[in-house]
Amino acid sequence: MHWSFYVVAGLTVGSGIAAMSLRNIVHCALLLTVTFAGLALLYLQLNAQFVALAQVLVYIGAVAILIVFAILLTRSSDIGSQSRRSLLAIASGALVALAAFATIAKAVLTSPTVKRDQPSAALQFSVTQATSVQDIGQQLMGNYVLPLEIVALLLTAALIGAAVIALQERRGAE
Amino acid sequence: MTPLGHYLLISAALFGIGLAGALIRRNAILVLIGIELMLNAANLNFIAFWRFGNNPQALAGVMFVIFSIGVAAAEAAVGLALVIAIYRHYKTTHVDELTRLKG
Repeated sequence: MHWSFYVVAGLTVGSGIAAMSLRNIVHCALLLTVTFAGLALLYLQLNAQFVALAQVLVYIGAVAILIVFAILLTRSSDIGSQSRRSLLAIASGALVALAAFATIAKAVLTSPTVKRDQPSAALQFSVTQATSVQDIGQQLMGNYVLPLEIVALLLTAALIGAAVIALQERRGAE
Repeated sequence: MTPLGHYLLISAALFGIGLAGALIRRNAILVLIGIELMLNAANLNFIAFWRFGNNPQALAGVMFVIFSIGVAAAEAAVGLALVIAIYRHYKTTHVDELTRLKG
């Protein structure tokens, strides 16, 4: 099963790089969808089916569509000004990002915990059953009921806030 | 079985890509896309550590990711609404041109 991980990982990282580097912003949004789908596949490989489903529903179904709508509504600003940032700005930004990646990668590669956990983890993976949606639902209604309510409140507030912010200009003009 | 370190490296690469996009790109929508990629990288870390952890039955990692996805969706909705509002005011979404608060 090793090769499937590398295929999915290459697809995810490659489409992520393309999504951040292409000029046409519509292509960026579509490649971002591929990155989200690759992440959903990685969740499936890690035996987290519910999270993979939530990823597909929320990110591919909602966030990607929202981004495409935002591109549609702000489209005309990108046609005239295709000029890019100066080379110095690009180089310094890439340097900071590379430094962040190198720091995390060094921590991962030299961590004794990551190395030590591998054998027992492999054992756990074969032993553990897939978590059922029933378990997740019971935990959500039991241990995690307060965070669930707070997230519900947050989503309601965000929904109203987004509508108010996006409609403000039109209402003021009338 | 793919070892834990590989998932963490993929996650670190996605975080670096998102950070680079958020720092380099000029379009506000692409900056938001970069932030979404960084959030997704954190989610992948949570799931990987949950799966390789000592107690996967506790479901703590899954719960954290579910709430994180919910918060990220709220963030994307408000962020894109702000981009649209800014576009209506200034007719641009380029972050370099929004310098009105500059002294």
